Amino acid sequence: MTPTSLTLATSDGEAQRDHAQIAPMAIRGLTVAYAEKPAVFSVDATFAPAALTAIVGPNGAGKSTLLKAALGVVPRVAGDVSVFGQPLERARHRIAYVPQRASVDWDFPTTARDVVLMGLYPKLGLVGRLTGQHQAEAMASLDRVGMADFADRQIGQLSGGQQQRIFLARALAQGADLYLLDEPFAGVDAATERAIVSVLKALKGEGKAVVAVHHDLATVPDYFDRVLMMNVRAMAEGTVAQAFTAEALATTYGGRLEATHIDQLGLARA
Amino acid sequence: METLAGPFVAALTLQAGYNAALVAVGAAMLGIAAGTSGTFLYLRKRALVSDAVAHATLPGVGLAFLIMVGLGGDGRALLGLLAGSAATAWVGLLAVEWMVRRTRLSEDAAIGAVLSVFFGFGVVLLTVIQTMSSGRQAGLEDFLLGATAGMLFSEAVVIAVGGALAVVAVMILRRPMTLVAFDPGFAAAQGYDVRRVDLAMMALVMAVTVIGLKVVGLILIVAMLIIPPVTARFWTERSERVAWVAGALGGAAGYLGAALSASAPALPTGPIIVLVSAALFALSLLFAPARGVVAAWLRHRAFQRRVHLRQGLLALARQEPILERYTIRVLEAEGLARADGVATEAGIARATKIARDERRWDVAREIHQDVALTGRYDGLTPIEDVFTTDEIAEFDRRIGAPVAVGGGS
Repeated sequence: MTPTSLTLATSDGEAQRDHAQIAPMAIRGLTVAYAEKPAVFSVDATFAPAALTAIVGPNGAGKSTLLKAALGVVPRVAGDVSVFGQPLERARHRIAYVPQRASVDWDFPTTARDVVLMGLYPKLGLVGRLTGQHQAEAMASLDRVGMADFADRQIGQLSGGQQQRIFLARALAQGADLYLLDEPFAGVDAATERAIVSVLKALKGEGKAVVAVHHDLATVPDYFDRVLMMNVRAMAEGTVAQAFTAEALATTYGGRLEATHIDQLGLARA
Repeated sequence: METLAGPFVAALTLQAGYNAALVAVGAAMLGIAAGTSGTFLYLRKRALVSDAVAHATLPGVGLAFLIMVGLGGDGRALLGLLAGSAATAWVGLLAVEWMVRRTRLSEDAAIGAVLSVFFGFGVVLLTVIQTMSSGRQAGLEDFLLGATAGMLFSEAVVIAVGGALAVVAVMILRRPMTLVAFDPGFAAAQGYDVRRVDLAMMALVMAVTVIGLKVVGLILIVAMLIIPPVTARFWTERSERVAWVAGALGGAAGYLGAALSASAPALPTGPIIVLVSAALFALSLLFAPARGVVAAWLRHRAFQRRVHLRQGLLALARQEPILERYTIRVLEAEGLARADGVATEAGIARATKIARDERRWDVAREIHQDVALTGRYDGLTPIEDVFTTDEIAEFDRRIGAPVAVGGGS
């Protein structure tokens, strides 16, 4: 155990230094295309440490694709991604990714606890033994999202909101420094939304970076510190106060967002 | 029955001779290997790829035979034939992968194309071999439908060694395979190479197919890969257990099937194994505790009964006529109403309670804005399960004193 904890201590030290200086994720010129149609075109973005960042934009704007391409889940045509100042492969263990809930089959034979343990697989390796320590970590993560009582349920028996919380717990179990969430609030109940927001704010308090694809424009100022607005290209990036403006919304959504809807958001016009 | 039971028991207890014992043990080991390695293919929802792989072994058998004869050797050398079948199976597998990845063909179409083309080519090769003057080709048809006449010791060794390696490979690869089967996007984000994990999964299935070819044949080996996991899924909700239960079921089917076929002279081994496996599947489909058809039907009936009971009681409370015969039968069976739909004493009491609970829910919705609690109203969950006695007392205080209903008649 001693050598391991030693390495852990060192990397923690690095992590703290990183938080002060180096962006958790810096994306340059990222381009993704399905066939010849670009889904994400030449996007530059920098996700800040100790902040909650929302990625907003209309349907088909490439928000989810941006996250997937940044992680190498879908191939990119061009572009460079660095994570805490390192190439992606070197720093992958510091990222936790929460895919869209609808992307998996919830009838899969697995329990809530088993799903959370999946977050520990890279640490466990192929044949590493699952110890009580790992089980305890998984239970602690479930507890953080209020799902400890459901640990041994088959995941298909959970409500949509509960399933989303299980996915978040799996990310928490990874003990990452950067969290990338794809639509964590899609189709969840109000109680789950509150629970997720409070976990994300706690992560920010611990100095972690959180990035979420987000759909509900009305809650952006409440939940997030920073925003990346995109529609295939990046349209605006910065703090919510700077970048989440009526003009930026109009450019990002084109005609797809009613002017009255923008007015209801009560944003200051620059 | 004595005539069949005697030899069957003898075969079961490995007393029916050396050859029958060899087949039973070999088939059991093949069943274990096929069940465990087929599980992840099934969980990945790519079970039919194994069908393409199995059919793509046939040209390899023919080509290997021709090459070995051409080199002046024995065309029937087992390892040579298996190597040949593995080679073309791998090409077939890569062809499916390539078509799905690089063209607009969906996987089912790619499977259909590869399966038929490779199988057709294999049949042509076998036909050509049949017409060759050399008399040494006998036995190649076994690769199609499996051998009927026992097993050579060398074949049993191939199955034992290959099967054990396959089970070990499943143990080593179970985490990446589970992750890729459940959530490939997350697996990729974690740094797993999804394509390589998929290929490893397929290679495993291919290896089991190749070692099992001689026993059950390429047409039926697919059943040994798929039926046990599907059967095991009825009995557990955890993926690793599905794999081990599938191994146990596959082993049992192999052993029982081989023993059955040994106990009657003309019964072919492979098809009997598949039929035993299918029987285990049918039993599970019907009688598995949570996912079985009977359990689901009983649950549905119980639910329907609760709905009718509640609606019947509400009708009694509101003194409305009960129209559905089933509702009256349910009330009658519970002793709550007579056959003509008139409430009994007990029925009046229950109806009063249920009507009052409806009022309580109305109040609960007024004072509790929390949807998490009031959202649990489905008309069937007792209010006592959702709210505390103090809260219910508070609802009652707002409603006023209990009022008896439905008692007049």
